[in-house]
Amino acid sequence: MAGDRSADSGRRGSTRRRFLLGGAVAGIGAATAIGADHVLNRRPAEGEPAAPLNGEETVPFHGVHQAGVATPAQAHAVLVALDLRDSTDADALRRMMRILSDDAARLTQGVPALADSEPELAVTPARLTVTFGFGPGLVDRAGGTRPEWLRALPDFGVDRLRPEFSDGDLLIQVAADDPMTVAHAVRMLLKDTRGFASVRWTQRGFHHAHGSVRPGTTMRNLFGQIDGTTNPQPGTEEFERLVWNTEGWLAGGTGMVVRRIHMDLEGWDRLDRPGREQSVGRYLSNGAPLTGTDEFDEPDFEATTPIGFPVIPEFSHVRRARSDDPNEKIFRRAYNYDDPPSGSEISNSGLLFVSFQADVDRQFVPLQRRLDELDLLNEWTVPIGSAVFAIPPGCAEDGYVGDTLLG
Amino acid sequence: MNSRKTASLVSLTAASAFALAACASTDEEEPAEAAPAADVIRMDDAWVKAAEEGMSAAFGELANSGDEDVTVVSVTTPASTVLELHETVENEAGAMVMREVEGGFVVPASGSLSLEPGGDHIMLMDLTGPLDAGEDVTFTLTFSDDSTFEFSAPVKEYSGANESYEGGDSEHDMDMDH
Repeated sequence: MAGDRSADSGRRGSTRRRFLLGGAVAGIGAATAIGADHVLNRRPAEGEPAAPLNGEETVPFHGVHQAGVATPAQAHAVLVALDLRDSTDADALRRMMRILSDDAARLTQGVPALADSEPELAVTPARLTVTFGFGPGLVDRAGGTRPEWLRALPDFGVDRLRPEFSDGDLLIQVAADDPMTVAHAVRMLLKDTRGFASVRWTQRGFHHAHGSVRPGTTMRNLFGQIDGTTNPQPGTEEFERLVWNTEGWLAGGTGMVVRRIHMDLEGWDRLDRPGREQSVGRYLSNGAPLTGTDEFDEPDFEATTPIGFPVIPEFSHVRRARSDDPNEKIFRRAYNYDDPPSGSEISNSGLLFVSFQADVDRQFVPLQRRLDELDLLNEWTVPIGSAVFAIPPGCAEDGYVGDTLLG
Repeated sequence: MNSRKTASLVSLTAASAFALAACASTDEEEPAEAAPAADVIRMDDAWVKAAEEGMSAAFGELANSGDEDVTVVSVTTPASTVLELHETVENEAGAMVMREVEGGFVVPASGSLSLEPGGDHIMLMDLTGPLDAGEDVTFTLTFSDDSTFEFSAPVKEYSGANESYEGGDSEHDMDMDH
């Protein structure tokens, strides 16, 4: 296995084109494939730029770590949590993860899965990643050692959790820059879980469409806030230390927290811009702390107003989320959701909060405790779903995700 | 249509023959024996349909890298006591039906044969036990030259490939998905 290549991207080559043309081309030989290449890659007309298609971009599936953690967040994501059937024992888990890993290995490279009844929907990977997570129930069923933090989060006062958005034995995170790709991959994967598990919940999220904003732009949530400025950067020592677990079967894996956070857009509307900025401690325009001018300026919590109040209020989200302990940090990879409202509501929106951290109890829980105790944003946000998963390490080409636990 | 490939193969063969001739101590050339079919056949992307009992079918892409056609005459697997090589044909009524292929599957020289739902496939007529998703099933193909080739195929859940065959009970008598 090579190092972490999950952040790398490749471009689909001849394999994809062979599949585009169907079985007629596959296996017939190089000459035909070259012909197909020529036809499909017709020379652009004079002056017409040969625009590369984002749909052809791929993210490697195999590696030390699973993709979909350090991978720059794609535009669309679907998270599915499943409950294992009673009959699914350790041997069945092994079979299930082998099949699902094979599906994911193919689909992420723009190749139809085995028995893919819509192979034409598989040839546009658009940076597709498929990430598997194990809930406490699955690890128990496998007879494995459960990390201490792999359990439901402690109760927080702000929580109004609903079972239809909480917990689960197996998590599948499917993300790509194209919702068609996501839909097909989810369909294919779920077809292959039918004998082993049933769907417990499905949550969809989105960012800006691919190509709308410069890659690397920090996401905005539906309150209009820039969200995730202080994230550790993949590839840095800090990221490696905070995200990747190093123990036992989970070495090279990580811990995942999924929280569905309802955002009261109607209530937020009653708050004027200065109030909105005070509640977070950042400017809405560019995300700069109220004591700075640039998004990435360090907040100055000592700075005071002429009459002696902190410029960044004590109750602000930025202040409350911050810890003096450099290990009490998480890596966020959240998505927005905007679902159909019911009754007299006109919005049913929020944040599909996703964070990755090596140790949920040491990194996420203290942070969430501080926010639970005091965070003005709690006024307009309510956690309504919560789940914790262990994300096993990536696998080698001859392995499968979970083989360190099940193998 | 694959003339380029053929041409390069020819020149490659000529070059090898020349090299052989150059090394050989005798002027007499024996005609090259065709390699056993098993040596030139490859099976890609094989899979078997999951089933509790009764019948199932296996699919995949058989590729022949040799320069002669290869014929698969029979297949065995521990998963089924009886197997048949099936093709899909149109009957007198215009319906697509499955039947055992006469003379076996021909994998064309430098070509491939797709075994797929709605087309040619390996039929498992009498399963020895349930085929559970994620298991591996081993198959052994026998070719017309008596050489054999083994491959392994994972079991996958699949809702199509609901074929029947002549003599099957009517509850399985369904059209293949097209």
